[in-house]
Amino acid sequence: MNAPDPLPLRRDWPSDAVSRVPFWVYSDPDIYRRELERFFYAGHWCYVGLVAEIARAGDFKRSWIGERSVVMVRNHDGAIHVVENRCAHRGVAFCQQNFGNRRDFVCPYHQWTYDLSGNLIGVPLRRGVKSNGKVEGGMPADFAPQEHGLTKLKVAARNGIVFASFDPKVPSLEDYLGPTILPYFDRTFDGRELTILGYSRQRIPGNWKLMQENIKDPYHPGLLHTWFVTFGLWRADQKSRMLMDEHCRHAAMASSRNQGGKAAVTQGVTTFRENLALDDARVLDVVSEPWWNGPSVVMQTIFPSVVLQQQVNSLSTRHIMPKGPGSFDFVWTHFGFKGDSEEMTRRRLRQANLFGPAGYVSADDGEVIELSQDGMAQTPDGRTIIELGGRDIANTEHMVTETLIRGMYRYYRKVMEL
Amino acid sequence: MAASPAAALAPAGLELRFAILDIYAAYAACLDEQRYNEWPDFFVDDCIYRVQPRENFDRGLPLATLAFESKGMLRDRVYAITQTLFHAPYYQRHIISGIALQAQRADGYDVTASYLVLRTKQNEPTEVFNTGRYVDVLEWQDGELKFRSKLAIFDSELIANSLIYPI
Repeated sequence: MNAPDPLPLRRDWPSDAVSRVPFWVYSDPDIYRRELERFFYAGHWCYVGLVAEIARAGDFKRSWIGERSVVMVRNHDGAIHVVENRCAHRGVAFCQQNFGNRRDFVCPYHQWTYDLSGNLIGVPLRRGVKSNGKVEGGMPADFAPQEHGLTKLKVAARNGIVFASFDPKVPSLEDYLGPTILPYFDRTFDGRELTILGYSRQRIPGNWKLMQENIKDPYHPGLLHTWFVTFGLWRADQKSRMLMDEHCRHAAMASSRNQGGKAAVTQGVTTFRENLALDDARVLDVVSEPWWNGPSVVMQTIFPSVVLQQQVNSLSTRHIMPKGPGSFDFVWTHFGFKGDSEEMTRRRLRQANLFGPAGYVSADDGEVIELSQDGMAQTPDGRTIIELGGRDIANTEHMVTETLIRGMYRYYRKVMEL
Repeated sequence: MAASPAAALAPAGLELRFAILDIYAAYAACLDEQRYNEWPDFFVDDCIYRVQPRENFDRGLPLATLAFESKGMLRDRVYAITQTLFHAPYYQRHIISGIALQAQRADGYDVTASYLVLRTKQNEPTEVFNTGRYVDVLEWQDGELKFRSKLAIFDSELIANSLIYPI
């Protein structure tokens, strides 16, 4: 049962509208604490990793849900468990490696030992020490190891991608994603074995929601990102669909690239470069893959913790880990498929130059998020204007809209009781 | 051809060693003075340039933060950082030390070095931005040393938001 919040929030949403979002949701520490409790630690599934990262029995990966460190591990029977990285005894975050292989988990402090599903199986000196026929010390006779395991999370692994929840009452992952988003999820993750190409890690000095909003915002890519508008990878004259689950918390932005070049939508766009030609065009050597079934890009935001990227041949998960109201860590896991030819792997890696902390289109997302945070922190009582495409919330067959952000904030207000 | 140990280069290696020191000093100065248009000229045409997290390098994972495989790709990067990539401007200061000639190959030299890049954003104090080691291959081209390949393998587990300029 949820305990009532000890202090009522001092914040009131300035109007009924979700087309205006007050700046204090990006910086207020009480708001942030409630977000962690209600989005990351209850009622939601959060991303922890990919099955391919823990291929063998005993393989583990350290991950995070909100600010809480967890360990995703493959047990000796093949089952995947997620446990909190926190010894039951004295709270030690016992796992200090990002990846590895273990028979069991041993806390370094007093060597409390847990099996890979999180059960406490060893407590040194539990029965005391015999000295001169007397037993000295030890745990009380009623000490019950089964009551002192690691926090065990609920786990859902679907087609190679692993989510976990601290909340045992969370609905099934399929119900959580809902019938609109699930087909897009399954389009990339259809059960094919994934191969890990590597990681990119960055810390972005902005509120975590700004990244969700960035990938629910089809307005900016054709303006901020020269490469997208000039080469026709993402711009307002493309065929596209903006879709949400019934709660409007998750979204999919699906679109099909065009030939780029000069057109009505590039008029007045200062980032458009009519004569931009690459010296070495292999970075944009796009080849359609049969599984795309149409769109050349589908960007999914699975609320609250992950972005799933397919942008032409580049694939990644982007994990959002909040670190206080003004900062989050953003970890990219680039992947391909087991059946990829060497050529396709090289193509995915070349196109990765567009993404990540140095990417031709992603580096500036981090930069503008930092600037948004800076500007909003100046005047917490200010508000955004999210009115492109009107003030209502509905799926659209075009990208000239901020409907997905409005949808997210309708859901946000409901859960946050704001 | 198998590489031979650096010790075998002496005594003829002295001038070579100075030439190597010179190219690292010139490389750092070029970047720190923001003469980005000159940066590709430190490389041969079919060069390799990668900025890669140490965890990927150590685990044999191919993903790099920047991965270029021609001078053309370097020129495209220069165009992006000077013309198209939006970013808050900053200074870089490269501190390169422990430049070590590791081995001589048939057509070049294996050289490693440690580097530290300090970043100074406008109106902000200086901060440690990125640190790691260079794993390079140098060769002579028309009497000048050039990088055939340059890997910047960085320890920094988190990039402080974005990495715009070359390392």
